[in-house]
Amino acid sequence: MTEPDPELPAEEDVPAPPALLHGAPVTASRGQTVVHADPSSYLDVVRALYDDGYGMCVDLCGVDRLLAPAVDLPAGVEPGRFEVVVNLVSIDDRRRVRLRVQVPEVDARVPTLFELHPGTEAMEREVYDFFGIVFDGHPDLSRILMPDDWEGHPLRKDYAVGRIPVQFKGTPPPR
Amino acid sequence: MGLEDLNHNFLTGRIEDLVKWARRNSVWPATFGLACCAIEMMATGAAHFDLARFGMEVFRASPRQADLMIVAGRVSQKMAPVLRQVYDQMMEPKWVISMGVCASSGGMFNNYAIVQGVDQVVPVDVYAPGCPPGPETLMHAILTLHELIRTGEITRRRRATGVGAGVSTERRVAVATPR
Amino acid sequence: MTDVATPTRPATGLAALRNPDAVLRAPHLPEDVDRQPTDDDTMIVNMGPQHPSTHGVLRVMLELRGEAVLRAKPVIGYLHTGMEKTGEDLTYLQGPTNVTRMDYLAPLFNELVFSLATEQLLGADVPPRATWIRMLMCELNRISSHSLWMATNGMDLGALSMMIYGIRERESVLAFFEKVTGLRMNHNYIRPGGVAADLPAGWRDDVLRIIDAYPARLADYDRLLTGQPIWHQRTEGIGYITAEECIALGVTGPILRSTGVPWDLRRDSPYLAYEEVEFAVVTGTYGDTFDRYAIRLNEIRESIGIVRQILDKLPKGDYRVQDKKVTPPPRGRIDESMEALIHHFKIFTEGFKVPEGEVYVAVESPRGELGCYLVSDGSAKPYRIHMRAPSFVNLQALPHMMTGGLIADAVAVISTLDPVMGEVDR
Repeated sequence: MTEPDPELPAEEDVPAPPALLHGAPVTASRGQTVVHADPSSYLDVVRALYDDGYGMCVDLCGVDRLLAPAVDLPAGVEPGRFEVVVNLVSIDDRRRVRLRVQVPEVDARVPTLFELHPGTEAMEREVYDFFGIVFDGHPDLSRILMPDDWEGHPLRKDYAVGRIPVQFKGTPPPR
Repeated sequence: MGLEDLNHNFLTGRIEDLVKWARRNSVWPATFGLACCAIEMMATGAAHFDLARFGMEVFRASPRQADLMIVAGRVSQKMAPVLRQVYDQMMEPKWVISMGVCASSGGMFNNYAIVQGVDQVVPVDVYAPGCPPGPETLMHAILTLHELIRTGEITRRRRATGVGAGVSTERRVAVATPR
Repeated sequence: MTDVATPTRPATGLAALRNPDAVLRAPHLPEDVDRQPTDDDTMIVNMGPQHPSTHGVLRVMLELRGEAVLRAKPVIGYLHTGMEKTGEDLTYLQGPTNVTRMDYLAPLFNELVFSLATEQLLGADVPPRATWIRMLMCELNRISSHSLWMATNGMDLGALSMMIYGIRERESVLAFFEKVTGLRMNHNYIRPGGVAADLPAGWRDDVLRIIDAYPARLADYDRLLTGQPIWHQRTEGIGYITAEECIALGVTGPILRSTGVPWDLRRDSPYLAYEEVEFAVVTGTYGDTFDRYAIRLNEIRESIGIVRQILDKLPKGDYRVQDKKVTPPPRGRIDESMEALIHHFKIFTEGFKVPEGEVYVAVESPRGELGCYLVSDGSAKPYRIHMRAPSFVNLQALPHMMTGGLIADAVAVISTLDPVMGEVDR
């Protein structure tokens, strides 16, 4: 673990986030509010945030936590193999919130946000393409960036980068 | 192809020079701009670095009407069959310039997604390095190609081996004989 | 200005966004779509990926009845480079080299958002001069990106001379970039901690020469394009979209602003020093192609105004953070000091370590909200880097904008979305 950085704001200066937001625990990450949900409560939390005014989903991506399990989770949240990270924006209030959902390795399924935020269609396809996480209820969950007949999910940590050997180039990275 | 097979006399020699002069001075590139190199290719065709002085400002969208394919940018796995299809649709004589390091060798992207050099897919005549190569580099590559056409070296190699010409012989990859 | 033409697509609202049949999707395509025509009188025609007007390798499948577009499906992935996977193998100092090639028309923005995310994880304080230099370079990059957009948009809609003019304008900015960063494109200039090098001597005159020449030429292009009735007919009412649809789809940037929503991250969640400069957020009224053209033209003017203010206010000081563990030492010191040599070696081979955590930072690129979600595991290389590319999300508006138009309007719609396939496919 690295020693605490003296340039980060001290704990007391960052306003403490509410402990629970619509039933999901909340933490702060470098001054940004992060809500942690599990796959069963995920859609309800997003719907509640939508009613709160977070009307635009700007980003939905996946993270494979195989080699570095999450350590900044609040008590009661079990880390999963994958994470689905959703960034929401409230245009009227100019606020942002981030949602992190822990997804298990076996039966990696979460509900789709397509009904609420149609813009997540392409983002969820990308997450499916790269991680293999299935989004229930998605209108067309197919590969979007890789060829349709590609095998494997490239951004998983157990999928190699696929580099070819090049003369005089250094050894592969330690990871 | 064509004229080189004739028994050479003074007249056919002159005609051959005329044909080579004509081919060299009106090479029409096909639009195959993929990524950042495409922008530099557009800049080379625009006013500051004018390609029109070489007779090449006409970028043909249809490969049937094009002589030269400047593969400008990184070729992904999904794009490689498209690249081959467009190359196959071009009429002989045709040439390929591999513009940029991504097209020449995969560039800085040595990974699962990028074809490590378009010469795995099409035969390349001139490689232009750079990331992206500035317009001056691309023009130098084009002028090198013009020189190869002028001396007839390209067509001589093709007849000798039956394969698309390549500037470096070690990296010759067995590809389908051009029609 | 005359009355705007009736939009070619009736405003069907949010119901169309959620209707699975409103957009051509893979389940709708017959199995051998490339071989057999469909039984009814519609035709599915392929546009791209190699096409002069698709702004790169974008493939659009159009369901046509005659020349009218019923539905459309954008197919992407022809430029997928695996940059997010490659980014996990490169150190934070090499990171900007990788991400800068995503949006290759506005490369400094990619570097900026990556550097801001890294600095937020590091907790580093970037010196003011570096911040203002970043702002100057980014606004000049916005000018060059919008100039190139005007060039390609003009060419797509038939104003071929606009291509030459737009690239000419861009060349003047690129010459300045070459002087400062060493490269015309993909500069790798904005790095975590600051910028790579200070501005060279005489930069003030160079910038003044650029921005003094612009307004008169912009007025010329305004007259060339906006003064033409053909231009109006080809852009007014085309590519119509509403504010609700934009927000539901996550569309940002000039497209969102053309519907009347004044959402600009430089104003609404300021970064760098945008709070200290004055500029107007240009919005449209009708949400059509003409509005977006007018917005981008006026954004060039606003950026010129910002650059003028930066010229007056740029502070003196360091151009990168003076933290020996993060910033490489000046080359001259390597000969004198063993410590400098060791730091140089460690930073360039192993890289500097970034504390554990995750952060999302967003900036306003010429195409919309460009975000970087960075996850660090405490090592010298990012654990996960995800770039929220504005063009990737904006492309979802393409089917809704094309419906009901003609094929010629399809070209106008692609052009007005200003997609850069490098960032769409990453």
